[in-house]
Amino acid sequence: MDAEIAKLKGIACDCRIDMLKALATAESGHTAAPMGIMDFLVAMYFKILNIDPKNPQKSDRDRFVLSCGHYAPALYAVMAHRGFFPIKELLTLRDLNSRLQGHPHNLALPGIENTSGPLGQGISQAVGMALAAKIDQKKHHIYCLTSDGETQEGQVWEALMLAPARELDNLTCFVDRNFIQIDGNTEDVVPLEPLAKKYQAFGWHTIEIDGHNFNQIIDGCLQAKSTHLPTMIILNTIPGKAVKEIENDFTWHGKPPTPEEAERFIKELK
Amino acid sequence: MPFILNPTAHLDPKILTDKLEKELQRLGFGEGLVEAAIKDKNIVGLCCDLTGSTKMDLFRDAYPDRFIEIGVAEQNMISVAAGMALEDKIPFAASYAVFNPGRSWDQIRISVCYSRANVKIVGAHAGISVGKDGATHQGLEDIASVRAIPNLSILAPADYEETKKATLAIAKFKGPVYIRFGRETVPKITTAKTPFQIGKAEVFVAGSDVSIIACGPMVFEAIKASQNLYPKIKAEVINCHTIKPLDIETIIESVKKTGAVVTAEEAQITGGLGGAIAEILAENYPCPMERIGVRDTFGESGAPDELMDKYCLRAKHIEKAVRQVLSRKRLLPE
Repeated sequence: MDAEIAKLKGIACDCRIDMLKALATAESGHTAAPMGIMDFLVAMYFKILNIDPKNPQKSDRDRFVLSCGHYAPALYAVMAHRGFFPIKELLTLRDLNSRLQGHPHNLALPGIENTSGPLGQGISQAVGMALAAKIDQKKHHIYCLTSDGETQEGQVWEALMLAPARELDNLTCFVDRNFIQIDGNTEDVVPLEPLAKKYQAFGWHTIEIDGHNFNQIIDGCLQAKSTHLPTMIILNTIPGKAVKEIENDFTWHGKPPTPEEAERFIKELK
Repeated sequence: MPFILNPTAHLDPKILTDKLEKELQRLGFGEGLVEAAIKDKNIVGLCCDLTGSTKMDLFRDAYPDRFIEIGVAEQNMISVAAGMALEDKIPFAASYAVFNPGRSWDQIRISVCYSRANVKIVGAHAGISVGKDGATHQGLEDIASVRAIPNLSILAPADYEETKKATLAIAKFKGPVYIRFGRETVPKITTAKTPFQIGKAEVFVAGSDVSIIACGPMVFEAIKASQNLYPKIKAEVINCHTIKPLDIETIIESVKKTGAVVTAEEAQITGGLGGAIAEILAENYPCPMERIGVRDTFGESGAPDELMDKYCLRAKHIEKAVRQVLSRKRLLPE
């Protein structure tokens, strides 16, 4: 197990490095939250999800819905390392004619389940997938990642209300609790706390974990499958994780590193 | 020669008499959906607390396992429908037009149209004839608001039978569709034999002086106007049930013959059927044109008939517009 975790950590480090290179080349894109979510995405794509990069449409695959589309650079980096497409293609991020659109598009790149960017639609899309799976009596699981700032969208709560009503135990959602959004700290912009209590009040099995701890992520996903309720896992993460200079700095929400900064950050990661 | 309906349209001859029959368009939707669902097990229904008034209840009762009650949450409904469509379901997502697309526009744009999710968006209680509920519930901006979104087809059928046919047709059609219809019973114009194809406008009355192009229940008013104007003015009536993609060929062919156009719709004239036709005429065959519709104003409470009169949505208003457009036609140099 320890060896496996060490391997996952190594992959997450490589993904961060390749993502920083892609962002610096694109001269555009989000840095802080994608850095903070990388450990979680690596755990999902390398350990949890039943997926096959060579057959991205296989019908019994687990579905991974990204609701916060601006996390795309992290998703692309992890998908490339998992074998969905060549790692060197990451350098086309946000380019004209690239499959790596600024925000993910389900028709642009095999393996992308849904389109997102405008916030708040992902849990609803995932609920739809979970309902379809229930109707067809399929056994795959539907996972959805949302961000904390996104949770201010009213549609999120519409979806949160519906999932327990339909007893969607095949649905597990995550919220990246990094406390930053474009205008500042979430609790200064419009407070979300007490967030866990809100999910619980809406009827979700709610777990709170360290979003950088691989064991906790893996355990949380196992626990989610053992309840009869939809599960919400709060991932406590550090935005900008692994580069001290940008950790917890909300000004890094929506900007890419310059080539010089990327070089400096990558040195620190290595 | 007496006034005649285009024989190939197989319309109900009773519409020219006092004995015309009326029926709910939404009943056509409900029945059509159940019929489509018998043939295709992938069809699912979603509704926002309006199953009775949208007639989604017929589907709910026939296929309870394929019906999802969403509650009062239109944005959620459209994205949930999109998620189901990505799993090969064919979702029909229904509410009132003022809420859907009124409140669900971004979800229609991103979750449905940009994603090419095979969702059928159903806007019931469209038009001013919603009546006493007043302006808040009269869907008049729905067509204009979704017409700019790529990948979306837009349908406004004319009566009960055509709404049923349209429902069956869009169930088979692969791609996002918005369909709208009204609350009230409206004259039964079409019959089971009337041709219907998505994207194909039909000539219901042949004429040579002016083209009246209408959609929804205004098709009946257009036929009545044409009948009243005859024989002095021979007005062609075209049922343009598909507003997007527009049947440019049929419209331009008619306008080349008549040289004048009146459009009629129970919606805002801004950006709706009239707007769409003005665009293609300007590009292809500019000619005098008048638009019948709600003229950039909100409605109000009142009986449906009173509102149709007050907001100038009757045959007599179409007739006046025809005379106006013909006077403009005569002013043009030969």
